[in-house]
Amino acid sequence: MIFLIQQTFICTIPLLIVAMAGMFSERSGIINIALDGIMIFGAFGGAVTVYAFIKTGALADSPQLIYIVGMLVSAAAGALFSALLGLAAIRLRSDQTIAGTALNMLAPAVVLLIIKIFFMQDKLVMPTLPGGLSLTFVLIDNDLPGFLQAFFSRAYISTYIVLGLYIALSVLLYKTRFGLRMRACGEHPQAADSAGINVHRMRYAGTLISGALGGLGGFIYITTSAGGTAGGTVAGMGFLAIAIMIFGNWKPVGIALGSFLFGLLRCVGSSYASLDINGDGVFMLKDLGLPMYFYNIIPYAAVLVVLMFTAGKSRAPKAEGIPYDKGMR
Amino acid sequence: MSENRKNAQIHAGAGGSQIPAAGGGDGTGSGGIGGTGGKNVFRRLTERIRGGTLLSSLVCIACGILLGFAVLLLLAIFTPSIPVGEAFRGLGIILGGPFASGRGGDIAFTLGEMLFEATPLMMTGLAVAVAFKNGLFNIGAPGQYLMGIMGSVMVALSFPTDGSNAFLGWILALLTGTLLGVLWGMIPGFFKAFLGVNEVIVCIMTNWIAANVVSWAFKDSVFLNVGGGKTAYTLKTAENGIATPKLGLDRLFPGSNIDMGILIAVAAAVVLYIVINKTTFGYELKACGANREAARYAGMSVRRNIMLSMMISGGLAAMGACLYILNGNIEFAWETYARLPDTGFNGIPVALLATSDPIGVIFSSLFLRYIGKGGYNLAGYTMFNEYVSDLIVALIIYFAGFASFIRMFMPQVAGFFAGLAGRRKKAAGGAVQAGGGTVPDGGPSDPPGGQKAGQAGEADGGPSADGEGGSAK
Repeated sequence: MIFLIQQTFICTIPLLIVAMAGMFSERSGIINIALDGIMIFGAFGGAVTVYAFIKTGALADSPQLIYIVGMLVSAAAGALFSALLGLAAIRLRSDQTIAGTALNMLAPAVVLLIIKIFFMQDKLVMPTLPGGLSLTFVLIDNDLPGFLQAFFSRAYISTYIVLGLYIALSVLLYKTRFGLRMRACGEHPQAADSAGINVHRMRYAGTLISGALGGLGGFIYITTSAGGTAGGTVAGMGFLAIAIMIFGNWKPVGIALGSFLFGLLRCVGSSYASLDINGDGVFMLKDLGLPMYFYNIIPYAAVLVVLMFTAGKSRAPKAEGIPYDKGMR
Repeated sequence: MSENRKNAQIHAGAGGSQIPAAGGGDGTGSGGIGGTGGKNVFRRLTERIRGGTLLSSLVCIACGILLGFAVLLLLAIFTPSIPVGEAFRGLGIILGGPFASGRGGDIAFTLGEMLFEATPLMMTGLAVAVAFKNGLFNIGAPGQYLMGIMGSVMVALSFPTDGSNAFLGWILALLTGTLLGVLWGMIPGFFKAFLGVNEVIVCIMTNWIAANVVSWAFKDSVFLNVGGGKTAYTLKTAENGIATPKLGLDRLFPGSNIDMGILIAVAAAVVLYIVINKTTFGYELKACGANREAARYAGMSVRRNIMLSMMISGGLAAMGACLYILNGNIEFAWETYARLPDTGFNGIPVALLATSDPIGVIFSSLFLRYIGKGGYNLAGYTMFNEYVSDLIVALIIYFAGFASFIRMFMPQVAGFFAGLAGRRKKAAGGAVQAGGGTVPDGGPSDPPGGQKAGQAGEADGGPSADGEGGSAK
């Protein structure tokens, strides 16, 4: 059970933060289909940073700090990359789907080009720390009793950071003037403009926040669940996050529920064979004899089923995807 | 004029279509056809150039290649182990595509492979394009593609071939695969049409469901090639005597896998072009894509059109998969549950580059494979690698995104090329500069200027004054 919760967190956290990333840009009016590319680019930035730290031996005695610096760099890389989306979608009034698709292609191309030239291989595996400790398993481990373990020990530090960010970002979007203005730009930019809000600046802010969160999510994904390997893919996690965001109705609470549901089902799928739910030594799911693929399908099918019943309530930001043109008021 | 067109495009976007690219393509395409009645191809082509669709695509390609070259140059300059001259050689090789090796036999082989690889890409490109025309983003092509592979491989390998009826088996396999794709495309179509669920989310879910279904279906089945201790691939369909006829194309391109699939794909593009541009159904499809409410008001069944376009889209993507796998010489790595096929996703750039025009898809898919072969050669002959071609394609698509921005300057550019000197010379010069990649600052047009003014006078009074200026234009 503890194992299941722990695994669920690992599956949920990257989805949660990347779905929040998508939400921020879409609520400001920019469709960010480039999340997959942003994740790849951010993950690469973080991985290179960690690589440099470990190769030079700096901060070798505090792996948590290396991890945090890696996260900061990945967020910066993601924001930088998303600036390309902002430039195209806001300044040049590009079609946002096209720009996003282009960035989704650009990120793996750039990352693989560089990795192959400098590391002579198709992926960058982050090296382990001198003590043999792999950086992908930097856990906080302070032996708490029983059930609390899952929440307070044996968790990645990134989990806490993401949960903190989640709360902070929700407050930012709903309880501050900045958030209100940003949402206005996604719903009715003309009205926002006439109230004196700089729509373009708000949309840039949304896109850059989105990029930073996406890059961070990419780095967390590769360090916690993809074995510390940066390469040309994040296994479609960016697109999944977009799906979770739509599923969560572009709202933080919905996104949290969606990513938790999805993360839980996904992790049941990946660990069903060793899952002993009530602790009686009987591996119930394994004894059913169904193949792994069945359990893999469940989260996706569940999302479809839920959508079938909640359909019609979905409400996308009204102005998303439409370049803002002052002359259109 | 350009202001009007832009407004129409934005209205179309507000009406439910999130893909203005389709709308933009429509505007110029239908205008050209309406004007000439389809008689004078040459005149229509020049109209297109004047309208800017073709020329802006070419400008995008030029910009993408230039920027890709700049990246090569930067890498060469900042990497001590790579001489700077390597960047120039690299550009030559990339642009040479399959011809870069310079050896006859090799060129013929690579060209044949290029055409063969372009076949499924063309089909997935058509699949995405037909959905774009209806204002839908079919990101589910990878899943539909996988279902097509599953259907055709299973039928092709279990069909009782005793020599004479092998072609029947081939047709049956093609149809089964295509049908599965139609069914798989129907799922997002149903969710969108009857439940109003965003097609992107359903497509992504069906992709991964398909990836697992296919692995599940092939696991421990009789279709796997278990000889020699490997189990990762299915049997080639040729082992059951079923393979796409070559029609002598293999003699033209010796050694390559080319077959008549490429001809089928081109034919499909032509048929789709006719359906979209010359039939009532095609008109309804485009009308529903441009503005769903208006289409409904005009008495069209929006639901029916959404369902049909997604079914056609799924069928096309799956058919591309069938044409690829039924070649007979292809082994399919059946454990697909962790990774979706790239060919499905690459249909999106193909369609975008072609501005969703079926005929354009023929050329854009060939172009993508051409550059791809150039990248492959690049890895062989220089210190760079094959990802440079992906980089260039990505940059081209990036530029294609603001093609309408570039297109705003097209009348001036066209005027420049026609040798219209005189008082417009100054404006045209600015436009050419803008085409060369300095779009943000070089353009003489109003909107960026207005925008800049708006940003400068950010305070409360600024925007409203600026708005009056905008409406006065």
